[in-house]
Amino acid sequence: MQDPEEFRSEVRQWLQDNCPESQRQPITAEEQFWGGRRGEFPSEDARLWFERMRDKGWIAPEWPAQYGGGGLSAEQGKIIKDEMKRINARTPVYSIGIWMLGPAILEYGNEEQKQQHIRAIINAETRWAQGYSEPGAGSDLASLQCKAEDQGDHFLVNGSKIWTTNADKCDWIFCLVRTNPDVKKQEGISFLLIDMDSPGVSTTPIALISGESEFCQTFFDNVKVPKENLVGELNKGWSVAKALLVHERKLMAEIGSDSPRKIVAPNEAAHKYLEFENGKIVDAQLRSDLVDYNMQMHAIALTHFRTFEEKARGVHSAAALVMKYLGTEAEKTKSELLLAIMGSQGLGWEGDSFTAEELDTTRLWAMSKAMTIAGGSSEIQLNVIAKSVLELPKS
Amino acid sequence: MALVLNEEQQLLQGTAREFLGANAPVAALRELRDSRDPLGYAPALWQQMAELGWASIILPEQYGGLDFGFLGLGVVLEETGRTLTASPLLASAVVGASALLLGGSEEQKETLLPAIAAGELTTALALEETHHHRPTRIATRAERDADEFIVNGRKTFVLDGHSADKLVVVTRSGDASPASSGLTLLLVDRDAPGVTVQRTIMADSRNAANITFEQVRVGADAVIGAIDDGWSILEPVLDRGRVAIAAEMMGLALETFERTVAYLKQREQFGVLIGSFQALQHRAAQMQAELELCRSVLLQTLTAVDDTPEQLPMLASLAKVKLNELAKLVTNEAVQMHGGIGVTDELDIGLFLKRARVAMQVFGDTGFHKDRYATLCGY
Repeated sequence: MQDPEEFRSEVRQWLQDNCPESQRQPITAEEQFWGGRRGEFPSEDARLWFERMRDKGWIAPEWPAQYGGGGLSAEQGKIIKDEMKRINARTPVYSIGIWMLGPAILEYGNEEQKQQHIRAIINAETRWAQGYSEPGAGSDLASLQCKAEDQGDHFLVNGSKIWTTNADKCDWIFCLVRTNPDVKKQEGISFLLIDMDSPGVSTTPIALISGESEFCQTFFDNVKVPKENLVGELNKGWSVAKALLVHERKLMAEIGSDSPRKIVAPNEAAHKYLEFENGKIVDAQLRSDLVDYNMQMHAIALTHFRTFEEKARGVHSAAALVMKYLGTEAEKTKSELLLAIMGSQGLGWEGDSFTAEELDTTRLWAMSKAMTIAGGSSEIQLNVIAKSVLELPKS
Repeated sequence: MALVLNEEQQLLQGTAREFLGANAPVAALRELRDSRDPLGYAPALWQQMAELGWASIILPEQYGGLDFGFLGLGVVLEETGRTLTASPLLASAVVGASALLLGGSEEQKETLLPAIAAGELTTALALEETHHHRPTRIATRAERDADEFIVNGRKTFVLDGHSADKLVVVTRSGDASPASSGLTLLLVDRDAPGVTVQRTIMADSRNAANITFEQVRVGADAVIGAIDDGWSILEPVLDRGRVAIAAEMMGLALETFERTVAYLKQREQFGVLIGSFQALQHRAAQMQAELELCRSVLLQTLTAVDDTPEQLPMLASLAKVKLNELAKLVTNEAVQMHGGIGVTDELDIGLFLKRARVAMQVFGDTGFHKDRYATLCGY
């Protein structure tokens, strides 16, 4: 294999030559490209950047070349990631397909499914939604009721999925469906791919406390789904889902580092909004809260580094398992802290009396409440730690 | 960066655990306490520890040291935290030795460090004067008298102060503006005329003393570092002491936590194991999360002593705060989760609880280090 340092310098040169200057600036929500049949490039440079990366095979560098991936090693993939980060290169396409579904299809899918979906994901021709939770199945995901009945040549799907992120803009949805109601709940679940243009599929956005509505509820009313859209074996969908959840939790733990919003750093906000005397924040409570937050983030960052180092050296530890819990709780703390530091200026909802940053702070604070609920709530994370790390007896 | 132990360090960890388990289990501390041992530690054990090289881990080879680095020292200290082993390791081989190593003259280093490394000579840092760690608030005077100094003052909470052969005394020799200026470190024999030592019996059954200095005379050769510039040595010495005590606290917290989790899997109430109760599971899982954070912070701080000393002040304060909070949380929860038996002297948990409280005060409590970290952050 090629010498890593040689590879790195090639990557660096290529990025230097091919990443447009405009694609090295911090990205806003409006500037993200999500692909799909209805996806539009936010700018000509964004299109150029995406196409160059796609043609180079670096949209999914570690996926097999035969399906459009880069066919590179994990180490090379990391080098590309590092080098992109070094020049602040934007993510060319934001994609649930790349982050979550693709790895699952590559692991559990059959050859036809790989041929049909992997390249389409890499080329951003399809945009995917996730259909896991239901109104009656949140933390107790395995109790899901959305059913797929065997009708010979197809499944007939009835039920609904909730928190289907941006489902109104998606082309396909991967769902967990009940295929056997008569066995232990985890053992009657299958993993199904559903074309959202199928008759009987409808989606409604849900208004959230943050004022946003990117989450939706998707309804399935006698939807016919071809048999070949089943991923993995019938009634073995729970294993596929668990593999996918690991990816989701990793994403949740890392969120914030690549957030599209301009998030004010609490330390900067303190200097802007708080009274200082002899170099110290006068408000003792806020000073204490701020130092608690900074120390926690410092410790979390070091633990992130440790998990990388352990992974590289093949060392097993519990550190990675606690990161979703710690990372999302810290994000929530941060939002509360920013609100407190900004006082009434951190509570604006709309209008000219507040800067865009201030308005974002309020909305993000409301949004942050979802972080310890989505992707397995903090309570579920603690259950997992108690069970798989501490091996405490079943409750 | 070294956030994972290398093979040699893992080997040392294994040796230390085995040795301490066989020669200095928690029962050994109980024995010292119950027999009201006048020294408060076992000199024969200390000699063995020195023979294993533990007293010389951080010292360069030219002074009889192993030059094995602070991370290696941390590994051993963590194991002594698990067994609550009383020894001069922290006070003498880390703090006292570091003062000489960082500030001592070549002659001081050549005569004293090899003896410390061999476990033949012990030292202690006489710093505190109030009931809180205030390293710049020093009233103990060192008056010049020709070539000599005359020391007058009173020190408290001097770790191993009753048994150390030599004391590193923090004195005020010049103006206190700012407070960290005008300090001088002086090396004083514990049995010098005018030195009065009163051992303090602490909750953790470990060793500390109040020491008064009355017209104590020392020569110019007693100065460690530069006159009036003691702070430039004292601060890094304290940071080394802080990460060292943090490593010990990691060990005591881990041991306490593991014993508690084991108890949750063995104690039955209402016909089931109490570890099956979610009220306890979540608290145990939260402790596991904090332990993981502390592990990373500790490894990074130990590494920083040798590799990136410019980052040490911030990291040492981070480590002391995180380990203070962890040790407090884990020992309190351990008692609560053990229930009635947790408050009996028969169970070792109480010994861990008491050691945690003393260790939390050593070289700065949580409030001290939060203030220092905030100040270093610029707010």
